[in-house]
Amino acid sequence: MTAPWKFTAREIVEKPDLFTSGHRACAGCGPAIALRQIMKATRGPTIVTNATGCMEVVSTIYPYTAWKVPWIHTAFENVAANASGIEAALKVLKRKGKLEHKNVDVIAFAGDGGTFDIGLQALSGAAERGHDFLYVLYDNEAYMNTGIQRSGGTPHGASTTTSPGGKVIPGKPQFKKPIANIMVAHEIPYVATASISFWQDLIIKTRRGLEVKGPAFLHVFAPCPRGWRYHTSKTIEISRLAVETCVFPLWEAKYGEYSLSPQSKVVALKPERKKPVKEYLEVQRRFGHLFKPGFRNVIDEIQNITDKRWNQLLKKCNIT
Amino acid sequence: MGQKASGWKEIPIAGVCWRPSTEYQTGDWRTFRPIHDSNKCTKCLLCPMVCPDGAIKWNAETENIEFAYAFCKGCGICANECPVDAIQMVREGEEV
Ligand SMILES: Cc1ncc(C[n+]2csc(CCOP(=O)(O)OP(=O)(O)O)c2C)c(N)n1
Ligand code: SF4
Ligand SMILES: [Mg+2]
Repeated sequence: MTAPWKFTAREIVEKPDLFTSGHRACAGCGPAIALRQIMKATRGPTIVTNATGCMEVVSTIYPYTAWKVPWIHTAFENVAANASGIEAALKVLKRKGKLEHKNVDVIAFAGDGGTFDIGLQALSGAAERGHDFLYVLYDNEAYMNTGIQRSGGTPHGASTTTSPGGKVIPGKPQFKKPIANIMVAHEIPYVATASISFWQDLIIKTRRGLEVKGPAFLHVFAPCPRGWRYHTSKTIEISRLAVETCVFPLWEAKYGEYSLSPQSKVVALKPERKKPVKEYLEVQRRFGHLFKPGFRNVIDEIQNITDKRWNQLLKKCNIT
Repeated sequence: MGQKASGWKEIPIAGVCWRPSTEYQTGDWRTFRPIHDSNKCTKCLLCPMVCPDGAIKWNAETENIEFAYAFCKGCGICANECPVDAIQMVREGEEV
């Protein structure tokens, strides 16, 4: 076991960006914040591979690249297969004595479309085969790069261009797929959820995911002002509200053992601190239709599913 | 037709981006400009960590926060998050 990673805010701020300025993400982009923060947690030589999606597009608009590390774009559906291949190649190079570094970390980035939906098969296979890499799902809850289509990660009631909230449906009729639990069920060494509003927690979890031997999965909540329809300055505020309302609780599972992270633990220990989901929904126009007469019951449905999943999580963390 | 197509050994393996993105300045997207008040600032170092664009730097020599206006897109996250309101957003071209 390695000693726990200790850092000061100053060290992290002074560490040069590996995901640099000049990328073309929209003003206030949550996923861009996630990538910047995560790349502050690297521990040495690192190779990044990126599924198709906003973060791939905005970071490598030809001939420019925002990456200061070796970086490979891959198709929408197979970033985990690509990471598997990179890791396997590194192993062979090491065995043949052709690798000058003692260790090279591999990180795969993908959006929710690339993870919950089209990339799930490659991800599940890589997890089952036990490749040593960190998979980062940056979750902006829709296919943003192609114009806000709903995905398996889009929450109930959210309006997207393929689940428009109107007279017929109240936004997306289905519920968000519990993807991180699905990854825990793969019995991999490390699964965690994290939020860009709590950067220390996020970078500690990134480092743990890199240090652990075998597959690690990090589910990062990353709001998109364009697709969620809120002012660009509110990205961090909304991420924080998602944690405070338990819409997106923070936890980790080491070899299947669940534990709550500090920001969600305070809510578990002091339930009066748990904010109603309404406070989270009302600041985003993708939920705006729920506040008009007709669909108000959907707010209750969202509260109910949030409470149900929160209580299930508390049980898994042995908090009753 | 007529021209012989390149063989697989001749064609490039893939496109390679070689120029740093920092040559492309996103600062001219901005409508509102963050103005930092170093007297109010407590140097808590939150704003550089929540900037999507790496446009807020900590200058270790002067011990101060500096904005890279060449890249700042004016989203206003820093002003929204600053715990002591040391950052104001001002419309470009207008006086503070
Ligand atoms: C096989 C395939 N189908 C569709 C596309 C078109 N496409 C490009 S990006 C994208 C959306 C990506 O969504 P997500 O993974 O959530 O990432 P985001 O853009 O939201 O960051 C789609 C559908 C593609 N590139 N490849
Ligand atoms: S559409 Fe959303 S995720 Fe994509 S670059 Fe813009 S803010 Fe970021
Ligand atoms: Mg997405």
